[in-house]
Amino acid sequence: MAFYRHQLANGLQIVAECHPEAYTAAIGFFVRVGSRDEPPQWAGVSHFLEHMAFKGSEGRTADEVNRSFDEIGAHYNAFTGQESTVFYAAIVPEYWPQALELLADLLQPAFREEDFELERKVILEEISMHEDEPPFGADDKCREVFFGSHPLGHSVLGSLTTIGALTPGDMREYWRKFYSADNITLAGAGRIDFDQLVAEADKWCGKWPSGQVSRQVSSPDGASGWVVLSKPTATQEYLVHMTKGPMEDDDFFAASLLASIVGDSEGSRLFWEFVESGEAENANLRYLDYEDTGIFITHMICDPGRAQRNLDRLFELYQQLVREGITEDELLQAKSKVSSGIVLASERPRNRLFAVGGEWLYHKRYRSVREVLDKIAAVTRDQICDILQRFPLNTGTLVAIGPLNELSRPEAMAAKTEDGRQFVPRSENRHSVP
Amino acid sequence: MGETIFCHEFPNGLVLIAEPMSWLESVTCAIRIPAGSIYDREDLPGLAAFSQELTLRGAGGRDSRKLIEDLNKLGIHRVEDVSSAHAKYAASMVASKLPAALAILADIVRRPHLLEKEVEPIRRGLLQDLQGVEDEPLEKLGRELRRRYYPSPWGRPSDGEESGIERIQLKDVQEFHGRHYQPNKTIISIAGRFDWSFVVDLVGELFGDWPAGEPPPVKTVNHQSKYGHIPFASQQVQIGIAYPCVPYRHPDYFVASAAVGVLGGGTSARLFMEVRERRGLCYSVYATYHTLRDWAGVFCFAGTTAERAQETLDVLLSEIRRLGEGIRPDELQRLKARIKSGLVMLQESSAARAMFIARDWYHLGRVRSVSELSRMVDELSCEGINDYLKRNPPGNFTIVTVGPRELEVPDGVL
Repeated sequence: MAFYRHQLANGLQIVAECHPEAYTAAIGFFVRVGSRDEPPQWAGVSHFLEHMAFKGSEGRTADEVNRSFDEIGAHYNAFTGQESTVFYAAIVPEYWPQALELLADLLQPAFREEDFELERKVILEEISMHEDEPPFGADDKCREVFFGSHPLGHSVLGSLTTIGALTPGDMREYWRKFYSADNITLAGAGRIDFDQLVAEADKWCGKWPSGQVSRQVSSPDGASGWVVLSKPTATQEYLVHMTKGPMEDDDFFAASLLASIVGDSEGSRLFWEFVESGEAENANLRYLDYEDTGIFITHMICDPGRAQRNLDRLFELYQQLVREGITEDELLQAKSKVSSGIVLASERPRNRLFAVGGEWLYHKRYRSVREVLDKIAAVTRDQICDILQRFPLNTGTLVAIGPLNELSRPEAMAAKTEDGRQFVPRSENRHSVP
Repeated sequence: MGETIFCHEFPNGLVLIAEPMSWLESVTCAIRIPAGSIYDREDLPGLAAFSQELTLRGAGGRDSRKLIEDLNKLGIHRVEDVSSAHAKYAASMVASKLPAALAILADIVRRPHLLEKEVEPIRRGLLQDLQGVEDEPLEKLGRELRRRYYPSPWGRPSDGEESGIERIQLKDVQEFHGRHYQPNKTIISIAGRFDWSFVVDLVGELFGDWPAGEPPPVKTVNHQSKYGHIPFASQQVQIGIAYPCVPYRHPDYFVASAAVGVLGGGTSARLFMEVRERRGLCYSVYATYHTLRDWAGVFCFAGTTAERAQETLDVLLSEIRRLGEGIRPDELQRLKARIKSGLVMLQESSAARAMFIARDWYHLGRVRSVSELSRMVDELSCEGINDYLKRNPPGNFTIVTVGPRELEVPDGVL
């Protein structure tokens, strides 16, 4: 297992974790563009563009794209998020050069008018599907309220209105701005020869123009919000809660472990309190990090009749965590669980691809599995308690959707003080709880 | 690669099969006990699911909390599931933890505490899971399509019905566990890094004295009408179509499932190309093969906004029927490439391989090695597939729709 990097003259970054013994290879283009880069009238353009990439280039039709990937047996796809758009393929080793050629071609779409109109319909269907499925858009709503005017509040899919109004010309302009070579990382993992990767990349991407892409980065405040949306046809009540988390690099592993301790699917605090006791169908906490902030997201699904009591209890638990912190035993469990999860996942080059590519795109840094495990092992209880103090879980925005017309704000949910700072519950002995 | 497959049958009927994957750090152990939802008591649908849930709430020397905590400390990733035929337990971990994991799994399946105090929390949780299904159009569709397509009780939803979950008592679970959790026809499969002789001894110690029973016979009843619509307040109509196919152990399985791949198994497959790429009718459309021991089917799904739903159903049906006219060499070539790379990817995951060998054993009574599978893929031909399609053209459809609008099913389709 070895890591290599190279930069083409046009600024395209190439990184790979090469493993000559692996059964497969995985490659992907990581483009630093997502919903946060979109002007409001073009909401959803990054994701729509990702779809248009598969409709072919000047030299290749949509049918040819689909057939060519299938001819080499590629497991391929793409996804768009707030901060990145990723095109990838997992493949048997002998075909990775063909997969690279095809992926590179995706990034040079033709934006043909008739393809654009057809794919617009597909996107509108995707939006409808998203709205029909739980939590019925509550995720997007929570993001919008919590982030306010900050671009991380944008929806990835966009709306029927913005998607309906986009033109191929708009999209081409957007593409020209963000799909420049220096805004893209090509990553590889598994059985790949790095010198050949560089040579192939130069052949297919060497002529891509460079640009000057800038992204507005500013730490959002995160609103203290409370929204209850009534959906009488729903059976269950869906709760989504967002609160601010750390973004500093040193805090990443501590914050991830905290999310595991509080809200993963087995043996966490939320598990024992709500799931194992049968009080809720589901309750979990996740940590996500972005370029200028981190967030903690809680999801809960429960019978409407239990929603108020569960909410009150949820914020009591969060308040208690801020006050008392976590235990050493919880930390030990979380470390074993998270570490073994990483080891198991790393057996597939496809999983390493996302780790290696994402790390480079955002941080221009490589971390081996060993380094990640060491970082996890080094996290202390004090670090986690400190995060709980700086980013109290019992603040932020809650959005509920379901049959209920109203839900009262729990007493244990702290509001912001008038000067806009987060209100932090005081604790006598911050770090010395058993 | 993937050539050695070990097998050992214990006197009590338990079968242990294992495939070493020495290039991995991990190992996965999966247990399939013939205690699935087909054995639900007629008046208590959901009993198998309820019982499995209760086995996880304390077992052997550990109470509910200690059980989960110890599994977490060992870094064991578990998946449990009840299918129509089996209660399934699987655990993946780094290789050194296998003995500890097997001991805990033996406690869970053989010595669960089955305590009264856990019954109401489980009931609350399972009832809420079922309520949640009411909000998920795709989930509702899948359940109803299986129910209508397969004979009962094979098409029964494995998570049960409210009527059953509401009435299950501790004694019902104790009785179910006593009767169905036994080694005869139970399969333990292990894939990844391990030492075979050590594992045989260990499994013998942990499960060898487990007294055998006999899974009772299951009476089947054929289903009702073949088009069903479930009204649902949504923008899209979800469409599901099922039609008969040979089961996994049938000699025609390979050609039959290849035809399904051409129909709906990739982005150059017919359904994706025709319904999404040429017409933009939906975001998601695919076909998949599903098998039970004696029955199998092809299941096709698409979702589209109400105004375009009738057109989508018509196009789907016409594409599915057109498959009966045969497939082209270029379609077969792409399909082979996809299956072959899938086989290679199977070698990267102890979890995937452990499930695979257990499934083979259940259906075939033996396990196909990866190279045997690879040869079978090479031998696939257009003639063979087209001959099968000629003998078994898609037809005799079962159709379910979920959404704001009921659709018209053309004459002669059902």
